[in-house]
Amino acid sequence: MISELTADRPAVRGSPEPPAQALIFRAFRCWLTVYRRTWRSSIWSSILGPICYLGAMGFGLGSLVDKHGTASLGGVPYLAFLAPAILASSAMTTGMDESTFPVYGSMKWNKIYIGAQASPLRPADIFRGHLLFMIMRICLNVAIFMVVMCAFGAERSAWVVLAIPAAVLTGAAFAAPLAAWSVTRKTETSFNVVFRFGMIPLMLFSGTFFPLSQLPAWLRPLAYATPLWHGVALCRAFSLGQVNWLEALGHVLYLAVLAGTGVWAGARTYSRRLYV
Amino acid sequence: MSASAQAEVLVRARGLIKRFGSFTAVDGIDFDLYRGEAFGFLGPNGAGKSSTMRMIGCVSPPSGGELTILGADPVKEGSAIRARLGVVPQDDTLDVELTVRENLLVYGRYFGMPRKVIRERTEQLLEFVQLEDRAKDKVEPLSGGMKRRLTIARSLINDPDILILDEPTTGLDPQARHVVWDRLFRLKQRGVTLILTTHYMDEAEQLCDRLVVMDHGRFAAEGSPRDLIARYCSPEVLELRFDPQLHDAAAEKLKDFSAERTEVLADRILLYVPDGDAALTEVRSQAFEPVTSLVRRGTLEDVFLHLTGRRLED
Repeated sequence: MISELTADRPAVRGSPEPPAQALIFRAFRCWLTVYRRTWRSSIWSSILGPICYLGAMGFGLGSLVDKHGTASLGGVPYLAFLAPAILASSAMTTGMDESTFPVYGSMKWNKIYIGAQASPLRPADIFRGHLLFMIMRICLNVAIFMVVMCAFGAERSAWVVLAIPAAVLTGAAFAAPLAAWSVTRKTETSFNVVFRFGMIPLMLFSGTFFPLSQLPAWLRPLAYATPLWHGVALCRAFSLGQVNWLEALGHVLYLAVLAGTGVWAGARTYSRRLYV
Repeated sequence: MSASAQAEVLVRARGLIKRFGSFTAVDGIDFDLYRGEAFGFLGPNGAGKSSTMRMIGCVSPPSGGELTILGADPVKEGSAIRARLGVVPQDDTLDVELTVRENLLVYGRYFGMPRKVIRERTEQLLEFVQLEDRAKDKVEPLSGGMKRRLTIARSLINDPDILILDEPTTGLDPQARHVVWDRLFRLKQRGVTLILTTHYMDEAEQLCDRLVVMDHGRFAAEGSPRDLIARYCSPEVLELRFDPQLHDAAAEKLKDFSAERTEVLADRILLYVPDGDAALTEVRSQAFEPVTSLVRRGTLEDVFLHLTGRRLED
């Protein structure tokens, strides 16, 4: 089993390195194996989450809102206004969940990164493989959300299919930079700060539950600057079928730059943390 | 031909340095590791053993000096070198949520091995580390010794040229340690090249063909266990314990005793001598009668304590 002497092997020096995609895929498959243990429970919460949200907020709160006229919502029922925004913000939540504690835990708890490091995988491969898995999780949740949303009849246009990639991009725009940051953390305290002072205000003030026109004028620019607002605006435009392509391009660029910066930064922070 | 195969250098270090900020963990060490040998790094905590292991494992770039592993540069060709190394880290990095077999599967995939090959090797390796009947069990409830053996099996999945073990038996009970030693000894007999760090002298004595004693980032001594004992210790050691009230007076009297070396500890006096029994007879005639006396052979532990001192460092 253990070879007697391995002198007949090819030299290491100058041997071609496997392409980065192959190494990233190896890291990704590790996460799939891990996910096989937990996917059932995670799928249930992915299905029940949107049902609760759309049921309570869309129908419950929505029936109150609709009674008072929806001119400020652009004349659409509250459910149609709300659903694509929740789609974007739940993609954000998934992105944040997957890129914080699991990343920290891979350094400190189950040490998946430390184990992977003693293989041909380089820190950047470990990062990108994990990021790929995070994006897969976002895709999965977005797809489930979309099915529930359409079952509720919350979409107003066939363009809604484009809300899927839009929401995934929104999630990735959070996951990539956050993962790049999470790996540098030595304690877990800062994650609660991110959730309490990052995620919750973003959900509340990014035009998710009410149009930004309802905010005081001085607060609006701040809301326009948040990544979630761009994701919400993009998903909403597609779902309502009210697409201004130039604006949409702006949103996509904003989110893509954020995600791209995260991908770039992560390769560096992972190297600095793992390769010391 | 066999002579040239034996002389093949797998790891070569010259003036190797590792710094963390202003702290120098490894301070210019030179060594060659040959194929098929078991090479040990001994030293107290903080001596620079683990830093050296991490550099050899290509997960820590050297701060200075030269390091060549399997003929390649660990900074530029780290990925290709790591493909041919097996690493047993100081702390287990098993995924405890996965089964024993899944841990090997995930690891085999890291090395780009086909599923079929991984499956075959998994069976062989689990048999080798005596875990074949736990293959389908989760890792979590396994004992410390079993986890260590699984980590060793995992490190062998890619049939490595060099196996790097950082304190392979720290924290294990004596039974589990002996099982691990037995497995490592078999690997060694099959020609696997081992590099290990330890602060168990019996481990070093059993497993290592050659070892270095490290202290403050440098080599304090280098050689086979037998060489080191011959060079830094006497064949026998006479341990004497006197009545606490007479301890100081006895120490004073024994100062001029004709031992190779005399060491006065808080509660004992050690005489490093060629013949322990003869020395004891002589002590009895010259000094006070000891409360207890023990004649034993000189060990690697004596060498270690002599070279690195008896201070406590944590």
